[in-house]
Amino acid sequence: MNDWWWVSTLAFGIGLGTPLVFATLGEIITERAGILNLGVQGTMLVGAVAGFWATFNTGGGFGLFLGVIAAVIAGALISIIHAVLSITLRVSQIVSGLALTLFGTGLASFLGKAGADPLVGEPSRATFQPILEGGIAEWPLVGPLIFGHDILVYVGVLAAVATSYYLFHTRMGLSLRSVGEDPASAESAGINVARVRYIHVMVGGALSGLGGAYFALKIVPTWQDDPIGAAGWIAIALVILSSWRPYRALFVAYAFGFAQFLELRLQTLGEPWNSIPSTLLAMIPFILAIVAMIVVASGKRARQLGAPAALAIPYFREQR
Amino acid sequence: MAFKRWRAIAVLMAAFALVASACGGDDDTTTTAGGGDGGSTAAPGEVLKVAFVHVGPVADKGWSWAHDQGAQALKAQFGAGIEITTLESIPEGSDSQRVFEDLASDGNKLIFGTSFGYMDWMLAAAENFPDSVFMHATGFKTSANMGNYFGAAEEGRYLTGMAAGAATESNSIGYVAAFPIPEVIRGINAFTLGAREVNPAATVEVVWTSTWFDPPKESTATQSLLDKGADVIAMHQDSAAPGQAAETAGATWIGYNTDMTEFAPTAWLTAPIWDWAPFYIKTAQEVIDGTWTSEAFYGDMAGGMVDLAPFGPSVSDETKALIETRKGEIISGAFSIFSDPIVDQSGASRALGNIFTEEHNWFVEGVVGSPTG
Repeated sequence: MNDWWWVSTLAFGIGLGTPLVFATLGEIITERAGILNLGVQGTMLVGAVAGFWATFNTGGGFGLFLGVIAAVIAGALISIIHAVLSITLRVSQIVSGLALTLFGTGLASFLGKAGADPLVGEPSRATFQPILEGGIAEWPLVGPLIFGHDILVYVGVLAAVATSYYLFHTRMGLSLRSVGEDPASAESAGINVARVRYIHVMVGGALSGLGGAYFALKIVPTWQDDPIGAAGWIAIALVILSSWRPYRALFVAYAFGFAQFLELRLQTLGEPWNSIPSTLLAMIPFILAIVAMIVVASGKRARQLGAPAALAIPYFREQR
Repeated sequence: MAFKRWRAIAVLMAAFALVASACGGDDDTTTTAGGGDGGSTAAPGEVLKVAFVHVGPVADKGWSWAHDQGAQALKAQFGAGIEITTLESIPEGSDSQRVFEDLASDGNKLIFGTSFGYMDWMLAAAENFPDSVFMHATGFKTSANMGNYFGAAEEGRYLTGMAAGAATESNSIGYVAAFPIPEVIRGINAFTLGAREVNPAATVEVVWTSTWFDPPKESTATQSLLDKGADVIAMHQDSAAPGQAAETAGATWIGYNTDMTEFAPTAWLTAPIWDWAPFYIKTAQEVIDGTWTSEAFYGDMAGGMVDLAPFGPSVSDETKALIETRKGEIISGAFSIFSDPIVDQSGASRALGNIFTEEHNWFVEGVVGSPTG
């Protein structure tokens, strides 16, 4: 195993990248509709607490299923706040998204401490485990990389395939992209801009909620105030790094998970690897995030990468 | 248009109000005196305001939780004579000085800060607020109105190292460490000496997270050690996340701070645990009586501040007996953990030196990893 450390490192990176896959795909869908949602972090936390709560009160495999359902519903519902503020009321999307993150963070913490028997500090009563034990899951290389994962890892891959198909090969995907590129033209073609945006903000929220639940039911199966690190913010950066394309999102999310694991794994590899200061490695995520922000700040470059033209611009029908 | 914009602003303000109230519930858990029935020893009409500042949430079931248990015992002891404010998840760094000063100007006469990185900021706050008593855990600086307190975790570390040394089959023990500071390094060294007493072939592999409380990162660090081949995981972290990762992988686990059996019932071996209650009660009594003086208090196993958690199911009776014997010798003073001179990581003999200051920045023989992080 030691000679193959990079195989298990890649495999573990896929696991760590999976919540980022969901959140990044969700934000891609939302941004493709022209809505920038900076509330991903808050939405993930609300999804995480909802998923943990549902599983905690049922337990077992069915409990995990209910946890996923609860996280998806909670993520969709909480993101309605952003939809109302940014689509109906045309508030600055940046302010509204930040408000959603602050609100979601506080709400998740509050719910975790509410009631006579609060969730906080409790271990989960069920966690996601690899589907296959032994057999092909232990084959060299392909075993850990492809067959050794839990079901949500595969759901994440399917979600990327489905998102890509939906965006680029369906009529509704075309409507969605046209709303994100040029809402006025879309409306004159008979598309209800507000409805399309509402739906896709909620779909994006649902996926973010699922990503949050993966933390609470797999990566750290104990409820704590801050179970997801900075995953929501990282996902927003990954949308840009993926150029708003689902398959690339899968790749960059896994690469990010890999980088997070590498920071800790390099320390155990001996010389010369462990002479790299761990604090330096810990900066990688934030360097990537800063690069992504610079790209976003220069609008022209973002356009070249594939950013929707109407991203973050409120749509006023009467000002067409 | 104008109307809609005003409506939007109103909605946003409402949202922020909600956020503010929710965040209030998040960060500031305030326990106010409410006619407690504990035996009040404070002078009638005088309520001592006490504050606790923690680096993580008190629900971590680890470090901050153990201190909070002490705070609750304090409340139970003094009842209405004391009013406790608890601040959670306060980052180490310059902003903590503002937190300490806010608490002092709010009338808190006794302020505990329970994380190493508060040290210099608390020192500065203590200078600005000479009427309050400041107490810093785990550091090494004191002033006229700032005391220091900690305990000999290394005694517990040594004994848990023995349990780990007996448990490992791969002779590789993983140690998820927080920051390369004397406290953590001292713990790793004591742990390694204990492990190698029962198993001279055992090595202790160290990974630094550069965090005290970050469950996803603690879990990931544990995974990296398991990946390297470790079959026992020890930790200097505030959450139980390493134990859950060890349990999933079929490894065994040495916890820290509290009895964390519930998080990994099979993997659990034991842990060094804390009992802060007697010290908190003693300190509050001294402040009430006006007899408090600045000192560096160092509790130990003999005094009860440090102890060993109950053993898990896989610890053999033979190992338990061995550990109990050593524990008795540590308590009686017949056994001392660190000898002078001592063999370091490179195999060379060196002087032990002061193990409580930043001079203690080296590993003993058997530790794999860098003592600088």
